Amino acid sequence: MPGQAEAPTGAVGGAVPDPGAMVPAPFTLSAKRQDTTDTWTLELEPRGGERLTFAPGQFTMLSMFGTGEVPISISGGGGGEAGEGPLVHTVRAVGLATRAICDAPVGAALGVRGPFGRAWPVHELEGADVLVIAGGIGLAPLRPAIRALLARRERYGRLLLLYGGRSPEQLLYPGELERWAARGLDVAITVDSAGPAWLGHVGVVPQLVHRARFDAARAVALLCGPEVMMRFTFSALARAGVGSDRVYASMERNMQCGIGHCGHCQLGPTLVCRDGPVYRWSELEPWLAIREL
Amino acid sequence: MQELDELIAAAPIFAGLAPEHLSLIAGCASNERFDAGEYLFREGAAAERFYLIRRGAVALEVDAPGRGALVIETLHQGDVAGWSWLFEPYRWELDARASEPTGVVGFDGLCLRGKCELDHELGYQLMRRFAASLTERLQATRMQLLDIYGHAGTG
Repeated sequence: MPGQAEAPTGAVGGAVPDPGAMVPAPFTLSAKRQDTTDTWTLELEPRGGERLTFAPGQFTMLSMFGTGEVPISISGGGGGEAGEGPLVHTVRAVGLATRAICDAPVGAALGVRGPFGRAWPVHELEGADVLVIAGGIGLAPLRPAIRALLARRERYGRLLLLYGGRSPEQLLYPGELERWAARGLDVAITVDSAGPAWLGHVGVVPQLVHRARFDAARAVALLCGPEVMMRFTFSALARAGVGSDRVYASMERNMQCGIGHCGHCQLGPTLVCRDGPVYRWSELEPWLAIREL
Repeated sequence: MQELDELIAAAPIFAGLAPEHLSLIAGCASNERFDAGEYLFREGAAAERFYLIRRGAVALEVDAPGRGALVIETLHQGDVAGWSWLFEPYRWELDARASEPTGVVGFDGLCLRGKCELDHELGYQLMRRFAASLTERLQATRMQLLDIYGHAGTG
């Protein structure tokens, strides 16, 4: 059964961060694929040195030199058990830095710092029914966790993915969703709106929780998506009998240094870049109730 | 095939009702089946029935000129399609289309409204349950209106 979210395995982890953690390593954009109108999946190879080893749920600080740096969850690749091959980031172009990163041509140099942060407690979920619950681009940080769960499928009870998006055209990784389903993941998808050709579910993610079949007594949920979605989803989980100590969520705040120095990402007494982004819901609950945070 | 009484007693919308009330409700019910593409009801028509979905799926649609039918919600096993039979002016405000072969328990709303008039306890219990369903669906609609996946940070 679950314990604490896993300790960071990257550059962060001690009281005195490694000063070298502030220096971006140069990576080459080796491939890119447009997922939706504003979202791209990028593959990055290190220019010298080894591939990054990360745990599912960790993030890097990704930069386009001369433009800016942003925290982006790792969605695959690397050199560890969460995936192999080029480092994969799925990025939504919403501002200056992310737009520049998404616009970068194959072969361009990008800066990478990290990996940073606490990971999903994948290894501590053995024997549990695991609900992976994603909204929008929130599926990207959960992708390595899904791959790790499926790599040891026999060690878990029911594995469910409840995934919500804006419309059928805005769903991420459609081919992989089918492959995951074939490997033992129960996939339920809902969209906010659709045309009559869409034969799937139209509605919101908490409604999928009501319909999902799992053993609440041994269920653990991993949540990632817009905070509003996660709050309502947690309410649905609580009504279904899944307590706040068995729900984990990946939080987003204004992360800038990635190593717990600058304080921009403070959430209550914690720093999201260092103590998160993955938290147990029971840790978060007191702070989510304070609107100023 | 399961008896109607059992299906009704097992439906979430009727959970906790007294046996005599379940029996009254079952007296207004019948099994029905809709082919894929067939409409359970159409906007503007008299709302005299409602449906408990046994299997399949129902799309609630609004027809928008120039855009065609927009699916605003889908209903699945255990859901109830139709509230307008309960509230004046008893007209459907949406289209409900079976998006796949769909089996339902259909209820005669006129019959049930009449029983509610005679037995206000039944009316109160039904109103409580439909209000809870309405609240849940209203909350979901509010989330959809927020367009939470359409907004993001600025990094």
